[in-house]
Amino acid sequence: MMNIRIIYATILCFLFPFFGSGQGSILVKNGTVLTVTKGTLENTDVFIEKGKINKLGKNLKVPEGTQIIDASGMFVMPGIIDAHSHIAIDAVNEATSPNTADVYVGDALNPLDVAIYRALAGGVTISHAMHGSANAIGGQCETIKHRYGVINPEELRMADAPRTIKFALGENPVRVHGEGNNIAPATRMGVEQVFRQAFSEAKLYMKAWEDYKAGLTQSSPMYNRRLETIVDILKGNIIIHCHSYRADEILMLLNVLKDFGIKKICFQHVNEGFKVAPELAAFGASASVFSDWWAYKFEVYYSTAYNAAILTRNGVVTSINSDSDELIRHLYLEAAKTQRYGDLNDDEALALITINPAKQLGIDHRVGSIEVGKEGDIAIFDKHPLSVYTIPQKTIVDGIIRFDIKNDAPDMRLDVNPEDKFASDYLEEALIKEDNCLQGVSEWLLQSDHASYLRFIYSQRHSH
Amino acid sequence: MQILILLCVLFTQNISAQQIKKAVAGPFLLKNGTIHSITNGNFVADLLIQDDKIVSIGKNIAIPPKTTEIDCSGKHIYPGFIDGGTRLGLAEIESISVTNDFQELGDFIPHMKALTAINPNSVSIPVTRVNGVTTVFSKPERSTFPGTGALIDLFGYTPEQMFAGAEGVMMTFPSTGRRGRFDRRSDEDIKKDSDKAMQKINDIWTKAKLYATIDSALTVEKKPKNTYNPQMDALLPIVRKEAKLFIEVNKKDDVEAAVKWVKENGIRAVFTGVAEGSRVAPLLKENNIEVITGPVLRVPGRGSAPFDESYRNASEMVKAGILVAIRTNDAENVRNLPFNAAYAASFGLGIEEALKCITINPAKIFGVDKTYGSIEQGKTANLFISNGDPFELKTRIEYLFIRGWNVPMESRHTLLYDEFIERNPGK
Repeated sequence: MMNIRIIYATILCFLFPFFGSGQGSILVKNGTVLTVTKGTLENTDVFIEKGKINKLGKNLKVPEGTQIIDASGMFVMPGIIDAHSHIAIDAVNEATSPNTADVYVGDALNPLDVAIYRALAGGVTISHAMHGSANAIGGQCETIKHRYGVINPEELRMADAPRTIKFALGENPVRVHGEGNNIAPATRMGVEQVFRQAFSEAKLYMKAWEDYKAGLTQSSPMYNRRLETIVDILKGNIIIHCHSYRADEILMLLNVLKDFGIKKICFQHVNEGFKVAPELAAFGASASVFSDWWAYKFEVYYSTAYNAAILTRNGVVTSINSDSDELIRHLYLEAAKTQRYGDLNDDEALALITINPAKQLGIDHRVGSIEVGKEGDIAIFDKHPLSVYTIPQKTIVDGIIRFDIKNDAPDMRLDVNPEDKFASDYLEEALIKEDNCLQGVSEWLLQSDHASYLRFIYSQRHSH
Repeated sequence: MQILILLCVLFTQNISAQQIKKAVAGPFLLKNGTIHSITNGNFVADLLIQDDKIVSIGKNIAIPPKTTEIDCSGKHIYPGFIDGGTRLGLAEIESISVTNDFQELGDFIPHMKALTAINPNSVSIPVTRVNGVTTVFSKPERSTFPGTGALIDLFGYTPEQMFAGAEGVMMTFPSTGRRGRFDRRSDEDIKKDSDKAMQKINDIWTKAKLYATIDSALTVEKKPKNTYNPQMDALLPIVRKEAKLFIEVNKKDDVEAAVKWVKENGIRAVFTGVAEGSRVAPLLKENNIEVITGPVLRVPGRGSAPFDESYRNASEMVKAGILVAIRTNDAENVRNLPFNAAYAASFGLGIEEALKCITINPAKIFGVDKTYGSIEQGKTANLFISNGDPFELKTRIEYLFIRGWNVPMESRHTLLYDEFIERNPGK
């Protein structure tokens, strides 16, 4: 009993400086500042006041008592943004229907996930907590700030970030619903019709409400949150983030969107995006890709690690994402791979993990570069972040240090429960690599005779 | 007529541009490059490749007729990287089980040979070469004795051509504890299961020893064997200490149990995985266990572990004096081997030691260090030429040689790039 009290007390002491999602003031002195959008500034100070970048320049005068970090010889870059992850959420897939637009990942946020801290230790300050890819129309997602240390899920949200929703094409929805449940879609033809049906019905629903409000009908239509969400997509209030791989299915969705006048779309994974880069650019669609993942399933067999470079050269706004609690720890390495595979220059490579994912999430006016007026999200590295030898030193969110390689304890869990015997157990490594968008689908799907593949996968990997 | 010929020429050129280039045989003289020998330091010299060997290193080397000279001024020459544990050639598309040949049915099947199932035409092989990886250990995995892995060079038209002269029987050590949060067995059941698993491997080993005794007796008496027992035959060299047993074990408690087990049974062991090796490094050293660890780029096994535990793991073991090799444990992305080594380098290992972990150290562990793992006269010509530090992403690997063949740096990934960087027709 005594022991337990000591542990709790220690945890509370350690948490104290973190409590709250507040906004800090801090001066990062004399670093090489990689602004991403405005070039590189040598020996420059960055002053963050009350969570916002207030000044950039040499030998800045700041109010007395301001916390100062000496970044001499170090590299200061905008906090890294991951446009596709599944950390900090307790549920990923509501795999019960090809269309689950009514559900919302933001209802399942878990600020205690130690993966948030490990992402911070890789300079990542914002991630896009996404619904999985079991359904053609998945749930709505949440853009979170990595304020590790907060306990209240509300404080993890990036307030006023645009709403986003997960769509999914290809093998995953087909496997889950067609193979697994014997309902459409079982092919890419069926996937298209899920979208056409949803958008068409949403238009009828919208019309029914308009008619009712105009007094043309007597009784109101029944409120339907699934349709409400689709209506908001039609109105341009929600950005679609669509899990996709093959060129043909990407073009299919572009055609559907054109027919319904929808413009805001970011394709996720999009391994064959390089084949239709001109079409993506012409539509104004963006792409969020893996640096080098391929061959883990058939629809990524004809891939190339040069995808990001080809998309960038064709004028598509491109980001590199993790979709993994492993890759999220070194997105700067993943971005640097575009220099081996496609010769992107430093600013182009850094944009893949900063300003470009910010654009895809609709938050580029607030974050994604080091500019006066933007939010104080910063990552400090000992070497250039695109060098393979670089090590993140400090990560700052809203002017508050959330990762500090020198001062943090080795064990940074927030959910230490002395009664929980699983808490410090060793987890087997995920032996099979796959996009992590099918988490949570396993249990019910495994009952299906057709799901030998999934049985194979899930017998090998740990679940989150 | 002239136009027709011109068209023909244009057409054939166009066709040939679409084909995978063939490897070219030597002799090659690599002139004036900085040689990173691994075993004898770094120096500038010429290097002559003839047939499949590095035949001489030095200045003013006498060259045979028809030698192709490659100017390496300002360039760097490294021995080919060796990945100590992969599924390359055995796994093509991970989600399609019929394209995977690394997991046979059965729990005690050490006679299953990876070499027989290596696909020399795996699309992943050229993709792997582009980052300087010339040799990998491909292994069966998952069950308790899943089979025998093989060291292969990443060039050749048949598994026999690729075989690099070393095989190893694999074992997965029984995991003694809870496998993770999803594992809802009671403590009692966990104990029961692990006791059962230990009993099973002890039974196997008792039988293997007995089998070896009988086998030896039959040999002495020159009597024929009248049984067919390929499983036990596969274990003979290990029981007789002629070969090492490659044991996959990761968690600290499991490593401790495995050390005890190999000690009791007098097994020459190489531990693989060893994700928590940093927690038991002195124990491994005391018992002369060699280690193939990795991937370095993995999430630590425990939520309580420091964020960089996996990054530092190799370094902690090398500092304890253990012979350590680094692996990716991957199939299609074995090309990330140098970056795994680089992370270990940054987190305590240093570049020089990290290079050893993917060159001479695995060569030693697999017993092929007389011919592999460094740039020395007489060794197999597995090497590459780069324009800088091969760990850095901006660096290009410009030429790659496997057994003296100059292998083109082409793969599905580069071919798709060439085709689509400027699509024709465009919009």
